[in-house]
Amino acid sequence: MSTSGAAARDAGLQPERTRLAWRRTTLACSVVAVLALRQALRGSGSPSEVGGAAVIALLWVAFLWAAHRRIRELAAERPPGLAPRAALAVVGCTVALAAFAVAVIL
Amino acid sequence: MIDFVKDVRLWFAPRLLRDEGETPDYRFSLANERTFLAWIRTALALVGGGFAVDQFLPDLRWGVRVGMSLALLAVGAACALRAVNHWVRCERAMRRGEDLPPSRFPVLLSLGVGLVAVAMMVVVLLGWTTGR
Repeated sequence: MSTSGAAARDAGLQPERTRLAWRRTTLACSVVAVLALRQALRGSGSPSEVGGAAVIALLWVAFLWAAHRRIRELAAERPPGLAPRAALAVVGCTVALAAFAVAVIL
Repeated sequence: MIDFVKDVRLWFAPRLLRDEGETPDYRFSLANERTFLAWIRTALALVGGGFAVDQFLPDLRWGVRVGMSLALLAVGAACALRAVNHWVRCERAMRRGEDLPPSRFPVLLSLGVGLVAVAMMVVVLLGWTTGR
């Protein structure tokens, strides 16, 4: 980023705050993913358990990837709005984790 | 209900959203995005709570434990879906220069979480556990 760009930055630090909000959210997702992995790998390590763990790992990576892309967009001087696709990806991962929990618990 | 279906179409069609009104100040959109993320974290916390109840409260009776767990997971999933819907509606309202949409979801969520907490207290006070 150029120095003139830094001077033109919003004094309210909106992009930075948004970036940190994404960081907090990935942290929350990581905690849930760890709990989900713990739940998935409770038993004997049968193929279905390993499959479940793989699905959780994929969901976690998808979440991190969506957040990473958005964080890179936010580095722009005037960041574009959040794409509905990114919002849906994040929501999809959250709902999928909940659905996984229901499947395992029942 | 019809309105909700229209909103859901917006989730999947960024162009429909972009066709509405004018692009607001990017800072407003970022504030809306942070609100969305705060709701997602709330949803993740509830889902995590659902996992935690099942994993860390083995002394609860099966029915109580599973019921509480499912309640938290269902509220968490609803919270996530509502987050994206509310984000889209706020974004559209800002583009059109309208007031932000009112919502009764926060009240329902508070009542739901309060209900789970009271249920937990009742369970503990009545001793509906298998441990002791």
